[in-house]
Amino acid sequence: VKLGIAIGEVADAERRLATELERVGERHEADHDVHHLSSTLASISRAHVEALAPIGERYGSEVGDADGGTSGVLGTVREKASELTGRRPEAGLLLLRDLRELFLLASEVSIGWTALGQGAQAARDRELLDVVSRCHPDTLRQLKWVTTRIKQAAPQVLVS
Amino acid sequence: VAAPERIENPWGERTPLAAGADWPERVDAHLTVGEGEVERWVRAASILHSDGDAYDLAVADGRIVGVRGRADDRVNRGRLGPKDLYGWQANHSPDRLTRPLVRAGGALEPADWDTAMGLVAGRSKELLAEAGASTFGFYTTGQLFLEEYYAQALIARAGIGTNHVDGNTRLCTATAAEALKESFACDGQPGSYDDVNHADTIALYGHNMAATQPVLWMRVLDRRAGPDPPLLIAVDPRATPVAREADIHLAPKPGTNLALLNAIVHELIERGWVDRSYVDAHTVGFEELQQATAGCTPEWAADICGVPAADIRRASEAIGSAERLLSTVLQGVYQSHGATGAAVQVNNVHLLRGMLGRPGCGVLQMNGQPTAENTRECGANGDLPGFRNWQNDTHVEELARIWNVDPLQIPHWVEPTHAMEIFRYCEQGSIRFLWITCTNPAVSLPELARIRSILEQERLFVVVQDIFMTETAELADVVLPAATLGEKTGTFTNADRTVHLAEAAVEPPGEARPDLESLLDYARRMGFTDRDGAPLVKFGDPESAFEAWKECSRGRPCDYSGLTYGKLRESGGIQWPCTEEAPEGTPRLYGDGRFFADPEYCESYGKDLLTGASIEETEYRATNPGGRAILKACEYTPPPEEPDGDYPLALITGRTIYHFHTRTKTARAPELNAAAPEPWVELAPADARAAGVEEGDLVEVVTPRGRVRAPARIGGIREGVVFVPFHYGYWDVDGDGAHDRAANELTITAWDPASKQPLFKAGKARVERAS
Repeated sequence: VKLGIAIGEVADAERRLATELERVGERHEADHDVHHLSSTLASISRAHVEALAPIGERYGSEVGDADGGTSGVLGTVREKASELTGRRPEAGLLLLRDLRELFLLASEVSIGWTALGQGAQAARDRELLDVVSRCHPDTLRQLKWVTTRIKQAAPQVLVS
Repeated sequence: VAAPERIENPWGERTPLAAGADWPERVDAHLTVGEGEVERWVRAASILHSDGDAYDLAVADGRIVGVRGRADDRVNRGRLGPKDLYGWQANHSPDRLTRPLVRAGGALEPADWDTAMGLVAGRSKELLAEAGASTFGFYTTGQLFLEEYYAQALIARAGIGTNHVDGNTRLCTATAAEALKESFACDGQPGSYDDVNHADTIALYGHNMAATQPVLWMRVLDRRAGPDPPLLIAVDPRATPVAREADIHLAPKPGTNLALLNAIVHELIERGWVDRSYVDAHTVGFEELQQATAGCTPEWAADICGVPAADIRRASEAIGSAERLLSTVLQGVYQSHGATGAAVQVNNVHLLRGMLGRPGCGVLQMNGQPTAENTRECGANGDLPGFRNWQNDTHVEELARIWNVDPLQIPHWVEPTHAMEIFRYCEQGSIRFLWITCTNPAVSLPELARIRSILEQERLFVVVQDIFMTETAELADVVLPAATLGEKTGTFTNADRTVHLAEAAVEPPGEARPDLESLLDYARRMGFTDRDGAPLVKFGDPESAFEAWKECSRGRPCDYSGLTYGKLRESGGIQWPCTEEAPEGTPRLYGDGRFFADPEYCESYGKDLLTGASIEETEYRATNPGGRAILKACEYTPPPEEPDGDYPLALITGRTIYHFHTRTKTARAPELNAAAPEPWVELAPADARAAGVEEGDLVEVVTPRGRVRAPARIGGIREGVVFVPFHYGYWDVDGDGAHDRAANELTITAWDPASKQPLFKAGKARVERAS
């Protein structure tokens, strides 16, 4: 059974997504919705890691803790920098690039959940299946948010 | 000098009202001359709040000399509130703008109309050629007339072709509209004010109705004075007049309404206070709602909201056992964290209980401004005209056919840009032309230091159309003097879909002119044409604009096709939809359990409430093929900013009954100004003690964004919360340049992800004694 590996991969991907969400939030302080919402969405990803931890243990996989956040000094630097660049048109391009990166990371998480859900069914692991069916919709929600936000930002960035 | 009686007692004498009876007449009036001297009475309605109180303006010698309520109108039956009685006096204020102004050498100088409009059109043409439509933003108001909004939507969306059209209605009514779109897939107020006559239980969520719609509150008080008074439930962190009158008052911590409402819905489901046959026949989403609220027990919510679980149970039981339940919602919910989620839960309560569209069973998702409803209908805010769905190509094609333009000329590839994003684009430099009509963002938007710095930018060309030299007009490149109520003709619609006609009674002062004229002038100068090369704007006065709007609204939920100016003159206020089939209008929506939610017809496929992510057509079709109402839920998450060691209090802003918006009119009405001439800071006794503050002491409220100085009023508010009224700006204080009076110096830049309504009642603060 290689479920432990798959669990570890999803947890890693969630952690990367959470970290990137936090970074993007700090980088785009002047885009206030992104700034505020990204931390809410990051905490959702971190909660997913916590939900996976006890199951990973059963399959001999060390999921690790949910943290790995990068706030602190670096985060403050990023926030200050984002205040300075917020007035410049290039901030829009940067936002678009960061949102695209978030989309890719969230996609990786999503397809990871899909695979894990298949494995959970084959293993008849109800507990894992519950976690997958609880968490995967959150990931789809994150993806939809990123998509909506890209659709919103792109016309203004690309044409004005 | 004693204040007038109706300042001291704004709601006047009681005329008791029994359940199911007609509201008795009570005619209120205020005349500054003898009645014999009045030459004419001219039909109008209030534009200083959203109630739509109908009245006649008294005219003598070419001036407005008073006002008298219309006894025959369904909304007020003759009654008037203090702003109705006294507010019209601002029309004759000596400091009205009477000439266009243009910026020359750093200062605003008088100019003629041709020069001013030539500048506006010239800059527009230049920019359109050089940088395209998306460099244009239009920021409108909640106080124009329907005809003006429709012209504005047409000019901006099809003439210029920009998606950046929104109003300050974003600050007052966006969540009402969004919540209705989420639950019913379409905007449109379900209930009627007449539901007050019939209800046995009335729940007001974050709605200080006594101050915001005093005449509607008179109706509630009259029921309370009648033989079978309704039970009253109030949710508000302040001890407002509504909360003091209520039988059950819940005072949650700011930003926790969603947790409270999730618990109330949890209780309804858990205790079986659900009309299962209604739910099964007319809704989708029950299982999801049940699941989403499964853990939301009163004890869970009590922890978050700081409200005793027993009180939540009591309120839930009252709501669960009501037979005729009326719920109203306003800014306490709309301008707080979790806004759309909480407002949607109020809709859910009514869907679960099957209490919609029958006398006494209704939801009133209110709005603050008098004509906010019309921005929603006409597409002058973040919607397309006629509640058309921007995600539905057929709807856009229909609109393009009505306007005779290429569908691609009308931006519809994304939701229309909301106000906060319009200002963000201005900040970023991608919007370079901003036309502000009759609103004052330099006082009313959050985080004013930021807003001022945006409007001051040289690269941004700002046009301001207003009746006074506001704080915003001071920052403009061109100022266009406007006419106001009593000086122009047009229609507008109140919060319960009642349409009124207001007619010109006197001439505007000096060279000021109706907003519609300025917009039509702009369209002519810009040479906007339709697909066949004919003028894009085919109407030339208010009545022809109204006729054009009727065609645009025909067949849509907000159908005006059965209305005419003549009919509105004859019969007073009429509720839309008004059609050939319903010539007398429609008191309530959804009485038959049928909704405007069919995938082909609906205005919106909805959003994810936590993130604001759009739901796509295919998903909507799959989950709601039959066009039922949607039971939707959102989990509670903590607000974007919470009190901490440095800033131990939660800041909320709000209003007083005597003022409207940024006081441009009400502070120029002597009785209203005298009633509330200065801002104040409201805090609880324990918080006052902790800060060493006594009643009347000058204090400073400090947040990470700014500071405000005002005298303290102690009491009447939940511990841990500080309140500052938002009406006050700087035009009427001696300018030492200090920005320490407007509440929005303090507020956070954040908005609800679904409705995009700014969260004025959020953020942290501390209070200090001012030295």
